[in-house]
Amino acid sequence: MYTEWIWGLAGGLLIGLGAAVYLLGNGRIMGASGILGGLVDGSDRTLERISFIAGVVATPLVLSPLLSSAPKTHLTSNFAVIVLAGVLVGAGTRIANGCTSGHGVCGISRFSFRGIIATLIYIAAGGATIALMRHLWGLI
Amino acid sequence: MRILISLLAGSLFGAGLLISGMTDTTKVQGWLDVFGNWDPTLAFVMGGAILPMLVAWRMTAHRKPLTGGQFPKATPPQLDRRLVIGSIMFGMGWGLSGLCPGPAIASITYGGLGGIVFLAAMLAGMIAAPRLGVQLDRSANAA
Repeated sequence: MYTEWIWGLAGGLLIGLGAAVYLLGNGRIMGASGILGGLVDGSDRTLERISFIAGVVATPLVLSPLLSSAPKTHLTSNFAVIVLAGVLVGAGTRIANGCTSGHGVCGISRFSFRGIIATLIYIAAGGATIALMRHLWGLI
Repeated sequence: MRILISLLAGSLFGAGLLISGMTDTTKVQGWLDVFGNWDPTLAFVMGGAILPMLVAWRMTAHRKPLTGGQFPKATPPQLDRRLVIGSIMFGMGWGLSGLCPGPAIASITYGGLGGIVFLAAMLAGMIAAPRLGVQLDRSANAA
C-alpha cells in the first residue's frame, strides 16, 4: 500500500511551518534560491542567510540516524547531466526570482499570480524534460 | 534574534525536506514522470506546506513582523520574459536531476560527490544569472 503520502504531508507541514516562522518572524519570503542567491550576489543580511542554510544542512544530519534507513538522493551518476542540470537550476531560479519554495510554497499560498504561473511553467518544463529524456530518447 | 529565527526556519525546512522524501531524486522525478511510474508524494508535500502558509499570510494583515520592518509587498500580476524563461530553465534542470535548490542544500552531507558537483554548478548558474537576465531584457527590447 502507498503510505508515503503521510510522510510527504508531515514533511510538507514542517516546510510550511518553517516558511511561516521566517515570514512572521523576519518578514521575509522563505525561498531557498533567493536566500542562497543573495549570498552569491553579496546582498544584505549575510548572517541570516548563512544561519538559515546552516539549519537546512544540519537537521537532516541530526535526524538521519533516527530513520529506518540512511537517506539517499539517487542522483544520476552522469556528471554531464549533473552539471547541466545544476547550471539550469541555479541560473533559472535566479532569473525567474524563485523556485519551489519561494514561488511554489510561499507564492501559491498568497495566491500570487507570478508564483502560480512560475510553478505551472517549471512543473510543465520538468514533466516535458522527463517525457523526452526518459521515454522518447532513453537518456536519463 | 533574526539570526535565531533564520536558524529555526532553516531547521524546520531541512527536517521537512528530509522527512517528506523530497531530497530523494527518484520521488521528485517520479512526480514529474506522468508517462511512467507516477509518484504523487510531491503533491502532498506541496499541499502540506501551503496549509501553514495560508494561515501565516492571513496573520500578516494589520501586523508587522516580529523583529520589525514590513512584510514583503505583493508583486503586480505581470508576466515577463525573466519569469517565463527562467522558470523553463529551472524546470528543465529540475526534471534532469530531480533536485531543486532546497533539497540540493539539505542533502549536501549525504548526496555524495554528485550532490557536491550539482551544488557547485548551481552556484555557478546563480553567478551567471544577472548577466543572462540583462541579455534577456536586451533581446526583449530589440524584439
